[in-house]
Amino acid sequence: MAMLEVEIWRGEGGDGAWRRYAVPHEANQTVLDVVTHVQRYLDPSLAYRFACRVGMCGSCAMSVNGRPRWTCRTHVSRAARKGRLRIGPLRNLPVIRDLAVDMAPFFEKWRDAEARFIPSKEPPEEPVRPDEPERMAADAGIECINCAVCYAACDSVAWNPDYPGPAVLNRLWTLANDRRDGDRDGHLDAAGAGCHLCRSHQECADACPTGLNPTAAIAGLKREVFRRALGGRARGPRQ
Amino acid sequence: MNEAWLFAAQRLSAMVMAPLVLLHLGVILYAVRDGLSADEILSRTEGSLFWGAVYGLFVVAAAVHAPIGLRAVLREWGRWRGAGLDIAMALFGLLLLALGLRAVAAVL
Repeated sequence: MAMLEVEIWRGEGGDGAWRRYAVPHEANQTVLDVVTHVQRYLDPSLAYRFACRVGMCGSCAMSVNGRPRWTCRTHVSRAARKGRLRIGPLRNLPVIRDLAVDMAPFFEKWRDAEARFIPSKEPPEEPVRPDEPERMAADAGIECINCAVCYAACDSVAWNPDYPGPAVLNRLWTLANDRRDGDRDGHLDAAGAGCHLCRSHQECADACPTGLNPTAAIAGLKREVFRRALGGRARGPRQ
Repeated sequence: MNEAWLFAAQRLSAMVMAPLVLLHLGVILYAVRDGLSADEILSRTEGSLFWGAVYGLFVVAAAVHAPIGLRAVLREWGRWRGAGLDIAMALFGLLLLALGLRAVAAVL
């Protein structure tokens, strides 16, 4: 049976080293399958995180051959180079142990920006149509699974501790375009300084496993935040 | 400093500069025949209101554009924040403006 040469990051906190494992290569094998094989048959002390295994929960993101990926939906055949896999923890987040990172900084930025739906007091006067421009802009970014792959891919996050990151800003953009939300101005204010720290490298869009384009969302935020700075009312009905 | 205004100022100055950079490269090819020196350039551009206006606009756009970009680089790679950085960048912009306008004055 063909074997994979797998290197996995082992260690606690900032300290650690790559450790090699030989894992049987199987058809339709995912990177998460490889990690699970190591933990079940080779080294039960390996720490990693997963839940749904079908690309919904956003728990299993890791760095695979230097690129952040959702491991449950990444086939070995696509990620391996010459039968080699190097699997590490996500970048830009503190490592707890081995492949498990502390997601707290990621979600704290989410919380601090209040990037959540705030119901309006009254329902929208006009029904929300699926094909209206604002709804389409919101729908384009709505399928985020909070996996932090974009956060790990982003150089601006690495360079700038104040930067909220692509996922938070993408969420703010979907909220700003949701006519049922009651605090559009608040969402744009929250995006205010943060969205201008994006350098438009599009690493987030390149890495996003669900195919979202946070860079485009952030570009939209930059435009709307500037429109507000000019003193004009942002587009769309207010509550 | 309001990031939204800096963002707009940098984009607008970039839009102004994009065609001027191409024009500037053309001028270099046209004007330099015998080595790159102030005399060499001025002998072909001196007294021209047009070139004075073109380069005046270029200098103003560059003096707006460069400090904003440098500020972002210093914030991210140099971890320098706050009012000190903003003042330093404003002074850097004024320096670029002074040096550039001095050259433009020689054309006119």
